[in-house]
Amino acid sequence: MGNNGREPIIKIAGMGKSFGDFEALKNIHLTVHNGERVVVCGPSGSGKSTMIRCINRLEAHDVGTITVDNIDLNENTKNINAIRREVAMVFQQFNLFPHLTVVENLTLGPVRARKMNPADAEVLARKYLERVHIPEQAEKYPAQLSGGQQQRVAIARSLCMEPRIMLFDEPTSALDPEMISEVLDVMVELAEDGMTMVCVTHEMSFARKVADTMVFMDAGEIVETASPEQFFSAPESKRTQIFLNQILQY
Amino acid sequence: MVVWMKLTKGLIAGLLITVLLTGCGANWGWYVVSPSTESGRSNLKFLIDGLGYTIALSICAIVISIVIGLLIALPGLAKGRAPRTMNRVYVECFRAIPILVLLLWVYYGLPVVLDIGITAFWAGVVALAISDSAFEAEIFRGGIQSISKGQIEAADSIGLSYYDKMRYVILPQAIRRILPPLGNQLVYMLKMSSLVSVIGLSELTRRANELVVTEYRPLEIYTILVLEYLILILIVSAGVRWLEKKMRADEQ
Ligand SMILES: Nc1ncnc2c1ncn2[C@@H]1O[C@H](COP(=O)(O)OP(=O)(O)OP(=O)(O)O)[C@@H](O)[C@H]1O
Ligand SMILES: [Mg+2]
Repeated sequence: MGNNGREPIIKIAGMGKSFGDFEALKNIHLTVHNGERVVVCGPSGSGKSTMIRCINRLEAHDVGTITVDNIDLNENTKNINAIRREVAMVFQQFNLFPHLTVVENLTLGPVRARKMNPADAEVLARKYLERVHIPEQAEKYPAQLSGGQQQRVAIARSLCMEPRIMLFDEPTSALDPEMISEVLDVMVELAEDGMTMVCVTHEMSFARKVADTMVFMDAGEIVETASPEQFFSAPESKRTQIFLNQILQY
Repeated sequence: MVVWMKLTKGLIAGLLITVLLTGCGANWGWYVVSPSTESGRSNLKFLIDGLGYTIALSICAIVISIVIGLLIALPGLAKGRAPRTMNRVYVECFRAIPILVLLLWVYYGLPVVLDIGITAFWAGVVALAISDSAFEAEIFRGGIQSISKGQIEAADSIGLSYYDKMRYVILPQAIRRILPPLGNQLVYMLKMSSLVSVIGLSELTRRANELVVTEYRPLEIYTILVLEYLILILIVSAGVRWLEKKMRADEQ
């Protein structure tokens, strides 16, 4: 599946998660290798967000194990902090800090969590703003930017933590159509640079372009894991076929 | 500028009322506080000198109450049951005790319990601060809870510690929502500081009471007292409003 003998970096085994009586995730098995790009799709409420949020412990799983870079994810705060240094998250709603300028948004993590000195952090911030193609917006506040620009700032903020893995939870679904491609372009560039990515999205053209592995979820389960070629041409499961027919219809 | 116009308006209204009352045939004797006589000036000075204690008392109490309020609010936001219960017990208890009752207990009761001496000033500070902190804890909790979950998750995912998350992400945003009710609380506290007169602290109200006993001119002296509080509180309100405006301007 395109991992070319690379090291596994995320290992999820028999993982489950309930909210009260409701079982949001059941028996999840997923291995992501270093440099691999995984695209996760599935109907609304199928547990996609919950699964990737478990990977950096924004949600705590109840059963099974999650290992990131050989660190076991459990209540141990030391492990949680260690994993959050490796894993960055980009949210659907951007979640930029509205009271801070773009460059302050970017330097907060490096300075406070990584104890980097502020001058170095600013150099780093400007480097990544360049990389997401908005170096000229550094001094503005998030509210002064368009949605697409805000999401690119959010990606740059994640990159400033120099993570080994990036998680994306529907990064383009809060955007106006004309801004989607500017964000996807940045994500394609990241993929080409070899970043390990787990991306929840319904942008199937993006998935075709970058994915090494497609994961389809339904009702809290991983129904199918396949290479994009197989996934789009000959999906094994009936549920995958129905889903693909629905979203590829237009 | 607006500040001063408001202030002047307040003053004019106050004086107008005074003049009207005088015109209504009440038997006024402004000589007790007249700036043109020696004794009037010294009476006036005696009254106004109470400002020092009133202001010092309020500032000490508000600062301490903000610190305690925050320390009480934070466990109220925790996931665990124990810290939340602690928060509830504190807030419910101290919100229920009348300030005057708390003040009497702190001044007459606390020294016996702890075997210490306490001055009227510090008894006042402690009573006002504790009573106020219960209200402020609720104000802080509401302000912090109004910050979206996404902000907290973003802060967590860039690896900020609890302290850094509060200090750099949550509180700077919450403060804008906290400031208006906190301003009200400050005004309320300034007014309640007059209660400390009952344990003998020589602040504005106490001095007015003392002067009334020697001069027998309650109407004039208490009118001055009303004006003193009015001016003080108008200034504080204007200050709070200025701060709110400044913060709104900073945001953009
Ligand atoms: N905090 C929560 N408390 C209770 N139920 C939750 C919570 N978060 C998610 N759920 C439930 O878990 C299920 C999976 O949610 P999740 O957000 O992971 O779905 P999703 O696949 O990301 O859907 P969408 O495409 O709409 O984002 C849903 O039924 C949802 O209602
Ligand atoms: Mg989701």
